[in-house]
Formats: sequence, structure tokens, C-alpha cells
Amino acid sequence: MKIHEYQAKELFRKYQVPTLEGGVATTVEGIEKTAKELGLPVAVKAQIHAGGRGKGGGVKIARSSEDVKKAAEAILGMTLVTKQTGPEGRLVKTVLVEKGVAIKKELYLSIIPDRATATITIVASQDGGMDIEDVAEKTPERIIKVAINPVTGIRSYHVQQVLFGLELEKSVMKEFAGVLRNLYNLFVDYDCSMVEINPLIITEDDRIIALDAKVDIDSNALYRHPDVVEMHDPNEDDPAEAEAAKYNLNYINLDGNVGNMVNGAGLAMATMDIIKQAGAEPANFLDVGGGANAEMVENGFRIILSDKKVKGILINIFGGILRCDVLAQGVVQAAEKVKLSVPVVVRMEGTNVEEGRRILSESGLSLISASDLADAAKKVAEIVA
Amino acid sequence: MSILINSQTRVLVQGITGKEGQFHTRQCIEYGTNVVAGVTPGKGGQTMDSVPVYNTVADAKKATGANASMILVPPPFAADAILEAVDADMDVIVCITEGVPVMDMLRVKNYLAVKKSRLIGPNCPGIITPGECKIGIMPGAIHTPGGPVGVVSRSGTLTYEVVHQLTAVGLGQTTCVGIGGDPVNGTGFIDCLEAFNEDPQTEAVVMVGEIGGNAEEEASAWIKANMKKPVVGFIAGLTAPPGRRMGHAGAIVSGGQGTAAAKIEAMQRAGLYVCEDLGTLGKLCKEAFS
Repeated sequence: MKIHEYQAKELFRKYQVPTLEGGVATTVEGIEKTAKELGLPVAVKAQIHAGGRGKGGGVKIARSSEDVKKAAEAILGMTLVTKQTGPEGRLVKTVLVEKGVAIKKELYLSIIPDRATATITIVASQDGGMDIEDVAEKTPERIIKVAINPVTGIRSYHVQQVLFGLELEKSVMKEFAGVLRNLYNLFVDYDCSMVEINPLIITEDDRIIALDAKVDIDSNALYRHPDVVEMHDPNEDDPAEAEAAKYNLNYINLDGNVGNMVNGAGLAMATMDIIKQAGAEPANFLDVGGGANAEMVENGFRIILSDKKVKGILINIFGGILRCDVLAQGVVQAAEKVKLSVPVVVRMEGTNVEEGRRILSESGLSLISASDLADAAKKVAEIVA
Repeated sequence: MSILINSQTRVLVQGITGKEGQFHTRQCIEYGTNVVAGVTPGKGGQTMDSVPVYNTVADAKKATGANASMILVPPPFAADAILEAVDADMDVIVCITEGVPVMDMLRVKNYLAVKKSRLIGPNCPGIITPGECKIGIMPGAIHTPGGPVGVVSRSGTLTYEVVHQLTAVGLGQTTCVGIGGDPVNGTGFIDCLEAFNEDPQTEAVVMVGEIGGNAEEEASAWIKANMKKPVVGFIAGLTAPPGRRMGHAGAIVSGGQGTAAAKIEAMQRAGLYVCEDLGTLGKLCKEAFS
């Protein structure tokens, strides 16, 4: 789960990772008031869950009260498009106002889990403030990676590898070491899947400050972080995806016109792929889970049909322990309830498949039966062509 | 022959008295699995059907000689359950539970590195040696005993699809392993490939991967260097948008890494038979393995 910069900085302060003085506002007046209290200059920063805000015009420095008003009016309510938001962008409803600071040096610092080695990896660079992927591509020697075994935790030599690797001046080493250890502890305590500070700055007077803050928390661990659950911002959710999540359905909205409903994530991805190979485009990813039932199928239909681009639906169910006849009844019930407005191709395989197919064909519904996966994809592609 | 489990395997179930635990234990017993014990703290002395229940894995092992564990407990208790099974020296531990926090698995995986137990999962359908032993939630009936094909996969229902197609073209299976869809898991592709390579009854392998991470790339390199048997590879997620988690916690393309295209290319370079169209996988295997 992603959280906003201002929320991430609340966690930073809790762990003594220094941030700038600032305040959150949702109105132009609020921004002006906050800026006045902080004293000029200030930075006005759009709060959305996406990187690249600066380039998209979502971060402005204001040196006068007129500047503050202009920046506030420009950013609040804007649809901010960055390379991470997609072309539709994100509406800005909240702004963080922060006091300006004199910067001596910009660094990059992040912590991520490494899945292959089961370690926690610190990534750092002297080239802060830039796109780290560009740095990795053009000057990989300027990126330091330090892998930490989570059983031993962060030790002094890990910290020293980062300190000397970044060629830090002696005067800031002690403070930087503290910040790094605190950030590591935050990462572990809060089950983070990423903590990133870009830039982490050294000020003219040798203080270390997190100018930006990006924190992503493992959704599977939210049960032990009620304070993070509170930070959830529904403004950032896709409405259909949020609706699906309520019913425990895993749905991702895509650009195509073939809706699809599948049990199991791997099979759902493979079904999207086969739709594409048949010459059509999937409108979504929808995993109704290994143990789908009639109610889930019904909700799945409703969510797929809420996407007006959908011209046909492919249902691909592999009945395992959940039998095909039970699923077929679920599909028939659901189809009657939601009044299907587009053709539906059903491909069903597995336990009790004959009985399942019989139920579908005798239902009187205009469900199109497919004999196998390839046949199903071909039939649905013909419908939307 | 088979890998990891067979008719001699003595299985205990952690979380046997829960709803899922009861249901899947019955399914396993019905398939012929030798389930000798269950574990639920506080319910020692009871029975689930005729299976004796113990308070701890250590007690259950002492009383029944169990050497494999199936874990069906909720996510907050999964890491503890795995560690308990490891400390009781279970040979094979199959964790079905979906939703285990990554931080828990990072610690578990490092602990496992110095222990003899083999963990399969979490977030997996389990492992089956058809006709002999099923430790997991997969439908037993779609499998065909006797080999010659070994299957290893990151997915659940997609594995069932693959097995179903193999059975339909007359190819039986030695052992099918679902290694799970989480970013940090126990047994990986290479562990299974090594075992299949050494198993005399396994003549060919199907490897089913998906987007995210680089396990398929590493496995492909290993196959090129070591594998003595033909391997058919399939990757799900060619159409998956970057930056989105596709159901499985580990299925995400991030920063241009972990794409299906890169994995397919790695498999092709390593000389695998790459199946690009899931609808034809059974047929391709029939051709490749004949």
C-alpha cells in the first residue's frame, strides 16, 4: 500500500529521520496560512501516489506571498500527469507546504527487499535528485548496494560501506549513520516493500534532511499496522478496483474491450495473453480466486460491465475442488440477476465438466460455449472484431 | 519414482481443525495420502475424523513419525508454523497459506538456509506425486500417475490447466510442484529441476513461470548448463501492465525488470521448448517429448 509523502514523513519523524518543517493544506487559503506561519520561501508540493511530480508541474517554489497564491491555485485541483500516473493523470486534492532550505549536496537513498537473495538491500548514490534508473543505466558505478541479512540486522560495517561509498565528509558522517540506522528500523518495523528518499540532502550547515519521502508498505502485513490502514486515501483508488476489493476480487482495469473472469491469478494472466494472441485486447485482469462461488461470479460480472468499453466477456474457469456444475449454476444465477448486455463465452474444464456444460446449455441464456482455451479466445475475438 | 514425496510419506497437518484444514485434509486422505496427525495448539487429544490431533508439531512427530507437514493456518501464524515444522526437522513443509508478509518470509528463508527441511510455498497449491501422495489443495483427479513428465510452476489453477492438457494427450506425471506466487518462497525452480534431473522416472519437465523477479531467467541458465532432459517452458503475463501486481504478490513488472518477454527470450536462449500459446501446450509437449 502506497502512502503520501506527508504521511511517509510522519513515519520519518517518529523514527528521528529529519524532515523539513511543514504543513498539509487542502485549500488555497490553507496553503497561504501555512506558508505565512513557516516563513518564505516555501515549497508547494502536490500529494499524489506517483513519482515525477516536479516535472509534471506538481511542485513549485514560492518566494513571495503572490508566488504562494499562484502556486496554490495552479496545483490544487490540477490533474497531474507524470510518467507514473498514465495519461489520465491524478486529481490533486492535498498539498504539502514546506519551508525552504539551502542545499549543499543531494543524495539518493532507498531500502528494498531483494527477493532472490532474501536480503534487505540499501541502495545509495551521490547523484541524488535525478531519476535513479537513469543513473543506474548511465553510471552504474555511482550506485552502491549493501545487502543485509534480516536475521543479523544492520551492523556497523553495513553503515560504513554506505558512508565511505558515498564519499561523505567527516562532519556529516555521524548524523548520516544515525539516519540510515533509523530508516532501516522503520523499514523493518513497518513491513515496508520500499522506502525511498530522493533527494536526501546535506544542508549548507551540515544537517541531513529527507527532502522527499516515498514509502510503500506490504499489503499482507497491514493487519499489524492499524496506523497505516488509517492513512489510506480513497482518492487514489480506481473506483472499479476499489469496488472489486470489497468483494475480495482481484481486479485491474485495462484498455481493451474483452472483459474476462478467471479463477486463479496465473490462469487469469494466461487468459489475457491468449485473448491478445487471438487478435483482441483484454479489458481487465480479474481473478475470482481458487474457490469462486455464485456470489463472486455475480459481483465479477457487475464490475466487468461497469466498464463501458467491454463488448464481450470470456469466462475461463478451471474447476478443481470447486466443481464445474456448481460453478455453472453460479454463472447462470449471476447472469440472470445482472442482465447481461454483451455476449459471454464460457470455457469450463475440470471436475464434473459435462454436467456443468449441460447446465449452461439448458439455461436458456445466450452463453456461448467453448471447447477449449484456444476456441474460447477465437470466439470472443470474433465477437468484438 | 518421484521427487520429494511418495507413498511412504507420513503427513501431518498444521491447522487441521480449521475449516480449510478439515476440508483439504479430507481431500488428501480421499486421494490416498497417509495423513498421520494434525496439530492445533490447545486441541491436543482430540481427533479430526480419525486423525489424532496434537498441541505441537514436536509432539505429533514423536507420536506418529510424521516426516512432512501441510500448513493451512491464517497468514499471521504462518511464519511461526513453518519455523515450528523446521525445528521439528520435517523433511518437507508445504505452506498453502496466501498473504504471508514478506518480512516474515525473509527471516524464515534465512533460517531455512542452515536447516535440512525443504519448504514449498507459501501461497502455493502444494505438491503431488500422482497415485501416491498429495500434499496440497489441487484436484487429484486431473493427474495421471506414472510419469514421464515432471511439472514445476509458480501458479495454482494454471498448473491444473497444464496438468489437464498433459493428461489429455496421454502424458502422465511423476511429481507436480507448485512453488507459489510470492516474491520470497522456499523451494525454487532450480531445486525442482535438480531433483527431476536425478529422478530416473522423470523423462521431461514442464516449467510454468510468470512475470516478476528473475527466477525463470536463472532457471533457464541452469537448464542450459545442467539439464539432461527436455524442458517445455511457459510464461504468463505478456499483456500485464508494468507496475501492477497481478494477483500474486510476486507477479509484478517493476523498473523494466521481470517482463514476460525477457523470460521467454531467456528460455529460448537456453534451448527450452517455449510454449507461446497456452491452448497448445499439451500438443507441444507431446511433440517435444516423443
